[in-house]
Amino acid sequence: MNAAMSSNEPAAAMQDALRAAGTQAQHIGALWNGTLVLCTLVFVAIVVATIVAVWRAPRADAATRPDTTSLEGPEHRIWRRVGWATGAAVAGLLVLLAGDVFTSRALARLPLRDAVNIELVGHQWWWEARYRDGDPSHEFTTANELTIPVGRPVIVTLRANDVIHSLWVPSLSGKKDLIPGRTATLRLRADRAGTYRGQCAEFCGLEHALMALLVHAVPPADYEAWAARQRQPASEPADPVARHGRDVFLGTSCVMCHTVSGTPAQARTGPDLTHLASRQTIAAGMFPNNRGYLAGWIGDPQALKPGVNMPANTLPPDDLQALLAYLETLR
Amino acid sequence: MTAPDPRHDTLERRMPRADPAAATALERTWRDPPGIIGWFAAINHKTISKRFMVTTILFFLAGGVLALLIRLQLAQPNAGIIGPDRYNQIFTMHGSTMMFLFAVPVMQAVATYLIPLMIGARSLAFPRLNAYAYWIFTMGGIMLYAAFFVDAGPDAGWFAYVPLSGPQYSPGKRVDFWAQMITFTELSGLMEAVVIITTILKLRAPGMSLNRMPLYVWTMLVTSFMVLFAMPSVMLASTALITDRLVGTHFYNPGEGGDALLWQHLFWFFGHPEVYLIFIPPLGFISSIVATFARRPVVGYPAMVLALVTTAFLAFGLWVHHMFATNLPELGKTFFTAASLIIAVPSAVQIFCWIATLGSGRLHVKTPLLFVLAFFFILVLGGLTGLMLASVSLDTQLHDTFFVVAHLHYVLLGGAVFPLFGAFYYWFPKFTGRLLNERLGRWNFWLFFIGFNVTFFPMHLLGLWGMPRRVYTYPAEMGWGDMNLVASIGAATIAASVLLFLVNVARSLRVGAVAGPDPWGAGTLEWSVASPPPMGNFEVIPVVHGRYPLWQPQPEPTHVEGMSNEWREVLVTTVADAEPDHRLWMPSSSVWPFLSALATTVLFVGSIFTPWAVVWAAVPVAVATTIWFWPRRAVVRERVRSELRP
Amino acid sequence: MKASVPLMPMLTLALALAACEREQRPTHAPPPASSIGNPSQPAGAVARAHDRYEQNAYAVSQGKTWYRAYNCNGCHAQGGGDVGPALMDATWRYGADPASIYATIAYGRPNGMPAFGGRVPEDQIWQLVAYVRSLSGQLPSSVAPSRSDGLQAGKPEARREKEKIRPEPPSNPGELR
Repeated sequence: MNAAMSSNEPAAAMQDALRAAGTQAQHIGALWNGTLVLCTLVFVAIVVATIVAVWRAPRADAATRPDTTSLEGPEHRIWRRVGWATGAAVAGLLVLLAGDVFTSRALARLPLRDAVNIELVGHQWWWEARYRDGDPSHEFTTANELTIPVGRPVIVTLRANDVIHSLWVPSLSGKKDLIPGRTATLRLRADRAGTYRGQCAEFCGLEHALMALLVHAVPPADYEAWAARQRQPASEPADPVARHGRDVFLGTSCVMCHTVSGTPAQARTGPDLTHLASRQTIAAGMFPNNRGYLAGWIGDPQALKPGVNMPANTLPPDDLQALLAYLETLR
Repeated sequence: MTAPDPRHDTLERRMPRADPAAATALERTWRDPPGIIGWFAAINHKTISKRFMVTTILFFLAGGVLALLIRLQLAQPNAGIIGPDRYNQIFTMHGSTMMFLFAVPVMQAVATYLIPLMIGARSLAFPRLNAYAYWIFTMGGIMLYAAFFVDAGPDAGWFAYVPLSGPQYSPGKRVDFWAQMITFTELSGLMEAVVIITTILKLRAPGMSLNRMPLYVWTMLVTSFMVLFAMPSVMLASTALITDRLVGTHFYNPGEGGDALLWQHLFWFFGHPEVYLIFIPPLGFISSIVATFARRPVVGYPAMVLALVTTAFLAFGLWVHHMFATNLPELGKTFFTAASLIIAVPSAVQIFCWIATLGSGRLHVKTPLLFVLAFFFILVLGGLTGLMLASVSLDTQLHDTFFVVAHLHYVLLGGAVFPLFGAFYYWFPKFTGRLLNERLGRWNFWLFFIGFNVTFFPMHLLGLWGMPRRVYTYPAEMGWGDMNLVASIGAATIAASVLLFLVNVARSLRVGAVAGPDPWGAGTLEWSVASPPPMGNFEVIPVVHGRYPLWQPQPEPTHVEGMSNEWREVLVTTVADAEPDHRLWMPSSSVWPFLSALATTVLFVGSIFTPWAVVWAAVPVAVATTIWFWPRRAVVRERVRSELRP
Repeated sequence: MKASVPLMPMLTLALALAACEREQRPTHAPPPASSIGNPSQPAGAVARAHDRYEQNAYAVSQGKTWYRAYNCNGCHAQGGGDVGPALMDATWRYGADPASIYATIAYGRPNGMPAFGGRVPEDQIWQLVAYVRSLSGQLPSSVAPSRSDGLQAGKPEARREKEKIRPEPPSNPGELR
């Protein structure tokens, strides 16, 4: 799976409604293709009709005597043509309606056996993800990056912590809003392995633009291995520098907001960092997860994502390096 | 150079001209008072309307500048020119300006100029209320921009979804200014609707039964009824938001029994009809322009009227299509899909009738017609993307992406702004007595048409390629940079085109070709009076016998006799058949509508800061409106005398 | 983030002249850790530094966020007091001026108030100070937070009567002030 620390840029992740990698997006893509064809035909027909009408009509000027014969009697020929065109329009609309109904039905019929259950909570401006399980000891929490098994359905329960957000991973599925006070559900399935990017799609404040989400679709065996690792608390760092880094973590503002399982840090204001080093990105899918960006993020998050709730942390350079070393052990 | 009056001698218009003494007396009776006080006291509908049009156009330009700033920031990934806070204010102001301060008010402004002239009336109904509506609108707009210039501009989007716009997540007074701007503009809109409906139903010239009314007048009647039903919804929503923020009510607080979706329902119950408020009047512009420049009446008058009424009713049944991404029940959503598809039918009927009119007419191709022809390209494309968005499934991919930005601009600019420009080119001679330059007009048109498509067509692709809306920047690796740059270049082109329009207006006002009463050879009543019209509109009130009175032979009786030129007297007719009913005196010019608007502004702005403002500031409002309505003894005496002995 | 192009400073300058302090969203880092928070600083300097927060609605709103996030309501409830003293009344044991409240939060107090100084950044402590003062109605209603989403514990801070501060006589003569 991913060794995020070795890459300098995040993998070019797909965020494209036209390139479906999941069954829901595929159904919608099929509807799009059909609708595009029909609407293009209609558009061309109307534009051609207008151009032909304008081209063929004789020219006049302001002094040309207006033709008022239509005021004296009905224009049956013209009304018939308008009638036929209207009938064709109605037929086209019925086709669109049918297409929508059939697609909705297909989307609702996603088989849900053996589904992975993820509870996603939207925050300003990051995603909290809790993987649910029948056995509570198998549950774990992560943030901003999801890993899902290819070919298995995923039921995402959507809640919001503050304002309305919207989960949108276009290559996998349509979007669904996360509304405070309500619980919504999004069902999807990835049918091809890869990394897919999503973004918050409901304006949620200052950093709505930088609230992304990565979804890694991996073979089921890899998913089980990943989930097993996620369930583990953070291990005792072997390296003394990293241990000092852990003390820095617990002794400064980090501990006020972040959780690292297996340590006294259990706050839930910010993302869960227990397995930070297993993620490719930081700051909600925005920047590569490497020492350079992490140092910049910890030192002054406002420079990268102005308005974010994480404060600046001026640490002595040794402490900062130790902290980074510690964070690297959080795989 | 004077444009030739194309009315043939063979067109029988046996309407006498008023004698010069009567015309002078009429002018004196209806004119605005002079001086600075007189400027504030003016209530003549043409005066107010011209101010109203200029004000809305200024807001249009402001909104356009904001759009240019948006495109400047988005032209490149991570541009870093405008930060997130300022950007959020800018796009909120852009949307709010265009939707609340330009699109609907400009339609009402043009209507308040044209409608009395089209229906043969000397005045609007309730001229002082019309003036008050203008002042309230202007003051609300000024308040919003004043807030914007002191960094207190709203930043929660023009639609201001809660809880983001609620008290916890939008601290300070930014959103309150927005919410109160709504109160100002919707109050103005509601009053204008009342004025327009009453004018259309009661002040039409004798003989102009409902089925002889110009199609434009029908669109304004339908639009105004829609305003009456739609605007209270948003006023309610914004008032509930104000009380949530100011005094701690819980309308939108799920923790205490409220609902975040309540806002969306209330807002969009207004918001969807709102776009039809913007779209329907230009349908009237198109009917007027097509008829005149195809030298024949529009095909299928009854179908056109029924299409308008149907559209208006259906428009109230679509609003949930803005909420397809929420967790409302899926079956309910599909109902709104069906409604959103059906509403295409009446619009399609109208489009087919116009194409038939163009095809069976003889075309006088001038700038107004060019702008109208653009409608058939741009609005139709926008309408078709609207049908795409009507599907719930498709919408879950396209909602809140740049695809919607493309769609809304295609329908709003194609459906409203292009016909509006056509209307300006068409009626500018009537407003000012001078024609706009035709060559500059063509340059204006083509720059606008090309610039528009270059700007907004790429946005369809951007939405499909995953770019969400309302983002102040985007990463370089997404591959969206090229299309964004193209769009920004297009925006600059649109700016150039609008600049050209302003140059054309400025030039033509000074040295444009002098227009006679009817430079286009049109058929409706406004073209029978001088350009610009005299203060009393019609020196002689016509009797109407057909839909296109200037094109059809007019049998006896041809006009009304016995109306006073010494007092502001109008003839009130019956609603359906416009038979003369009684005479009515219109109020004199007064400064009290302006002062009442000022007092109301103090009340509204004060209530942003304290609820007590509603109590204390109500006193000056009551005083000002009482003085406004207080009858003058001498006038009442004269009127009673004139009724007993006309 | 790329460095700003000249346009941004020009825009800022133009608007700064008319900028309304109440509405600013200070999104960049505050001045580096200095002696602003040091209670031994002259009162004027501290007061001026604090005004930036107390006159800014966003800062007070952030203070409210930290009050919940850092579990101040674990001891102080929503201001009514529990294990810790009430914060919304007129009695202030250790002083109601901003510098004193800052010291309370940063350095702690006897009888259970922890010292958050090393863990809660200075900028956030000032925001908390402003919010705590709003609990007893000390802030103007245009700046103080209005009702929050969720269950309501009491009147919104913006609607509270301004409490007249009176110092509490020490119950223990040896207690620090």
